[in-house]
Amino acid sequence: MALYRAHVLICHGTGCASGGAPKVLEAFKEELAKKGLEKEILVIATGCHGMCEFGPIVVVYPEGTFYSQVKPSDVAEIVEEHLYKGRIVTRLLYKEPLSAQKVCHYKDIPFYGKQHRIVLSNCGYINPDNIDEYISRDGYQALGKCLVEMTPAAVIDEMKKSGLRGRGGGGFPTGMKWGFCAASPGDKKYVICNADEGDPGAFMDRSILEGDPHAVIEGMMIGGYAMGADEGYIYCRAEYPLAIKRLQTAIKNATEYGLLGEDILGTGFNFTLHIKEGAGAFVCGEETALMASIEGQRGMPRARPPFPAVKGLWGKPTNINNVETWANVPRIIVQGAECFAAMGTEKSKGTKVFALTGKVKNTGLVEVPMGITIREIVFEIGGGIIGDKKFKAVQIGGPSGGCLVDEHLDLAVDYESLTAAGAIMGSGGLVVLDEGNCMVDTAKFFLEFTQRESCGKCVPCREGTKKMLDILTRITEGKGVPEDIDRLLYLGNQIKDASLCALGGTAPNPVLTTLKYFRHEYEAHIFDKKCPAGVCQSLLRYSINTEKCIGCTKCARNCPVSCISGKVKEPHVIDQDKCIKCGACMDNCPVGAVVKG
Amino acid sequence: MASIKAIINGKSITAESGMTILQAARANGIHIPTLCDHPALSPFGACRICLVEAEKNPKLLTSCTTPITEGMIVHTNTPRVIEARKAVLELILVRHPLECFSCASNGKCELQDVAYELGVKDSRFADPGDTNTSHKLEDANPFYVRDLNKCILCGRCVRVCEEHAIYHAIDFQGRGIHTSIQPPVGSPIEESDCVFCGQCVQVCPVGALFEKTAAGQGRPWDLEKVKTVCSYCGVGCELEVNVNKKTGKIANVTTNYSSPTALNKGRSCVKGRFAWQFVHSEDRLTTPLIREGDTFRKASWDEALSLVAEKLGEVKTKHGSDALGFFSSARCTNEENYLMQRLAREVMGTNNVDHCAHL
Repeated sequence: MALYRAHVLICHGTGCASGGAPKVLEAFKEELAKKGLEKEILVIATGCHGMCEFGPIVVVYPEGTFYSQVKPSDVAEIVEEHLYKGRIVTRLLYKEPLSAQKVCHYKDIPFYGKQHRIVLSNCGYINPDNIDEYISRDGYQALGKCLVEMTPAAVIDEMKKSGLRGRGGGGFPTGMKWGFCAASPGDKKYVICNADEGDPGAFMDRSILEGDPHAVIEGMMIGGYAMGADEGYIYCRAEYPLAIKRLQTAIKNATEYGLLGEDILGTGFNFTLHIKEGAGAFVCGEETALMASIEGQRGMPRARPPFPAVKGLWGKPTNINNVETWANVPRIIVQGAECFAAMGTEKSKGTKVFALTGKVKNTGLVEVPMGITIREIVFEIGGGIIGDKKFKAVQIGGPSGGCLVDEHLDLAVDYESLTAAGAIMGSGGLVVLDEGNCMVDTAKFFLEFTQRESCGKCVPCREGTKKMLDILTRITEGKGVPEDIDRLLYLGNQIKDASLCALGGTAPNPVLTTLKYFRHEYEAHIFDKKCPAGVCQSLLRYSINTEKCIGCTKCARNCPVSCISGKVKEPHVIDQDKCIKCGACMDNCPVGAVVKG
Repeated sequence: MASIKAIINGKSITAESGMTILQAARANGIHIPTLCDHPALSPFGACRICLVEAEKNPKLLTSCTTPITEGMIVHTNTPRVIEARKAVLELILVRHPLECFSCASNGKCELQDVAYELGVKDSRFADPGDTNTSHKLEDANPFYVRDLNKCILCGRCVRVCEEHAIYHAIDFQGRGIHTSIQPPVGSPIEESDCVFCGQCVQVCPVGALFEKTAAGQGRPWDLEKVKTVCSYCGVGCELEVNVNKKTGKIANVTTNYSSPTALNKGRSCVKGRFAWQFVHSEDRLTTPLIREGDTFRKASWDEALSLVAEKLGEVKTKHGSDALGFFSSARCTNEENYLMQRLAREVMGTNNVDHCAHL
């Protein structure tokens, strides 16, 4: 490898790429060529840094200077000032929301300070399309160690010792799961990577696949060796074209290097890997539906038992883990199970990647040790609530999860504590809500999603989520009746109890937890016909404070349905029958005379 | 088969290894209500009516899919189970049209049976406008009608089409509340791979599929099943002709998937199931006819057979055996065709034997 005096790392995750990162990269190449620096400074397209809101992100090493929201037009300045003259371009540095200070170095940004990046250690640091960069970061060392030094049983033992649990949501101990599949009789077995990440707002797996695809491939090969499988499938949703492209490149490169295929590293171990693109069904993230989909059938879950470890893909013993779980495997093998098990809580080891979104100042992808508190995630990593509004809740675990409130802020996050509090770890979606969020509306949002994505096979999920959604809809429209709360509770509990798969079994969670912690909001909608957060349109009422109104006519002129009347310099009035509650009057009033309530 | 000991509702039972809880319960005379289950079809686990509780298992289990294991302690009618069944049933009834008065399946509807058993009259959760009206009645073919508004999506029709008819002409389509059973996207059933064997109609537990020909021909309790062999071809399918006891007329034809004597094992073709109208046709010949000049006159079988024997004998004497030919039908059974060729060869002395399947 050639030596360079500086490296310019340009994030090419989906977020930064759609924000114009490829053009920034081109601009860097051009500018460096102009200055004759192309042999001194290497420009690299990397995976995601997690702070997608501030993209495109450019990090300059060796210092680790972190530039955010870089445009192609900024590049000349960075090259001239930073790379040529050695002066940092302060205006492009990230501004830390808590202290409002500009932060120069990657390592000093609080967003990263509390994080513990193991799975994401290569994301944003290497060029995912370059297998040599992966190998130079200890890549494929774990595979070599397993194939040469360890028996399959020893690999499984190591996984058991590490305490790794399924990161896809279930939290089943990975080593134990591998053990079942290994013990299952059969000369043909499969390993599958579940990359059908579908929770709204979640993009942990996408970032791993885009930023470090070889880690997933290596993990699967180690699993294949341990369980006696010589073939693997990566089931990736088609909505992740970049992840699929990088996986294709990674598989091609690994095959060229002899790391995939026959007689790998001269050990006699064979392994081939296929990519299967999903067709846009959320339910295909459920393992039995996923396998049906690979087989070319409609993606519908089937009853277990038989479990995939006994009868999986094409009836053969199969092991399915999700992207993050597989990506943990090489690290555990290289660093040792003890090292991994030293992190986290008693029953939940290692780290977890969360997609932190919603009303926090820093949104993005964060990897934190198990056992971290929600307060640390929201207020330290997330930088607190936007506009310093009041924190209301976090929705953890996406549409299958539940909301947690003030009293849970100091809860140490692990599988058990979240389940006990009514939420789930899930795949790691973490949506922060503030006082401006209506909890009935939030529950409705998630139920709309699960109802739309229900496969339609089992009655409770298909019919039950629709009925719950009907009830929530009428509550938000001010047509709720007192019995609706009991109906929601009854239906929610019955759907959980009677559904076929986890989609239906967890779909009522957002409703049940919001009812548990915010029952008063439901009651306000039903009894007082009011939405306390001022979100539900049908329950809003705009009026004009006649004392404040100066009669400027601006509201009347901006009203799309002409429902505001009044003479110039005299107080105006809104015709409530005609008002469509769009809020244009409020937005345009120069004196704050329009009141919402 | 290894034998398994388990306890269902406090009763010690034995079952064969590999049996589901439902099969084991049935084999021991214990009733568990079902909807999507059908003995002839693979288990599906969709309707959730057959949920039971097993000790040491926190989840409710579908008895139709869960294998019974040694020492399992199963309860089929605990309050939790009954409540779950009621909730599921009431959720089905939210959209299912309650048109039982005029429904073709009234009296044999399994949804009715489950509702009756659980004492559910209607759904607590049904709101005005919930009844399904989103599908148009599909009756473009002469054989059966699809009323998808009544469909409870048990998937029996899909499974019977795939597992018994081996056509896989229909499957689930759409998601969530928009799920329905359809032929491949956009095509009507008449242009699909459907061969109208009607097995889907037979296994439909509700009135979503019904024979056009059976309309108004008799309620289930008016009908008597007459076991017979199909006369259409030599396969010899066993059929049940359902005859209205009051009118003496056929209402429909079904098959029996569990009949030990049925070599078709419940399968049928479009002719066997739907083409029986000739039975009651006014044009149907019910007695032999003898030609006299330009007209026919009715005759007895004895007279007609005597005449045939006499004429065949005449031809044989006058022109030799090979002046005769015997032409049989693929609609006859193997046995009948065998007997006919013996008549030709041994009695009449000719090898001139043929049948219509050559055409």
